[in-house]
Amino acid sequence: MSDREALRQQLELYDTRGYHLNPDRGFTDSLLDGLLINERRYGYQACPCRLATGIQADDRDIICPCDYRDPDLNEYETCYCGLYVSQALINSGGEIRPIPERRLPREVRQKIMAETKTESMKATGDTSADLAYPVWRCDVCGYLAARDEAPEICPICGAKKDRFSRFA
Amino acid sequence: MGYETHIESVPGSEDKDIMLFTLSTCVWCKKTKTMLQDLGLAYSYVDVDLLSGAEQDAAYQDMWKYNQSTSFPTIVVNDGRQVILGFDEGELRGLVREVTENE
Repeated sequence: MSDREALRQQLELYDTRGYHLNPDRGFTDSLLDGLLINERRYGYQACPCRLATGIQADDRDIICPCDYRDPDLNEYETCYCGLYVSQALINSGGEIRPIPERRLPREVRQKIMAETKTESMKATGDTSADLAYPVWRCDVCGYLAARDEAPEICPICGAKKDRFSRFA
Repeated sequence: MGYETHIESVPGSEDKDIMLFTLSTCVWCKKTKTMLQDLGLAYSYVDVDLLSGAEQDAAYQDMWKYNQSTSFPTIVVNDGRQVILGFDEGELRGLVREVTENE
């Protein structure tokens, strides 16, 4: 089996959980090839339709499935690339169109990151003091896990552990 | 500039100067290139993901001048007198129509 078909089968496992690949195979073939090229190039499957830096911390939000997929599916019935589409779009047989970029430009992201750092340095006191466990949130799908550590792989969407953020 | 040697040219009708900033892996960029070719328009393009270091930074900065959201593809017509963001079929077709009307 080709790498592309292996990747397709792996992603199709999430179909029953509400994450549907675009039924246009020619279209998704091109995107799956792009993901495999980026995996070889950067060491992870960065979005084929966005410019990755090659620094994983900077690209974390655009490793497929990206942080923007679910909001884009909700609002536009497709993700930014068109790899994933909503069930409604499949049912209607509609054609997918390009959608606006939800990710903020690099300069704005860097500015926000710098501000967040300053704020977190200022912050004192642990807000989770009353909880028996810390709560981890999957940045891809929003799944919450109240346990000592985030799961190895998100049981809902398959995102890796490093996509979880401390929620509470 | 600084990445001139990486700019590829595709022949066709040269009534307009069309420059694309693209990614080699992006499906919408591929569709845009194919459509311009089908329309018979000459264009130049640079695949920004295939550049590295200072060359990529230079291309990114040039693209930023025309499109601050820095999304791909960015289509710069006649040195920025018109900028088309993304695979916008209507706008791309319009490039041909205007050429014909001017004749």
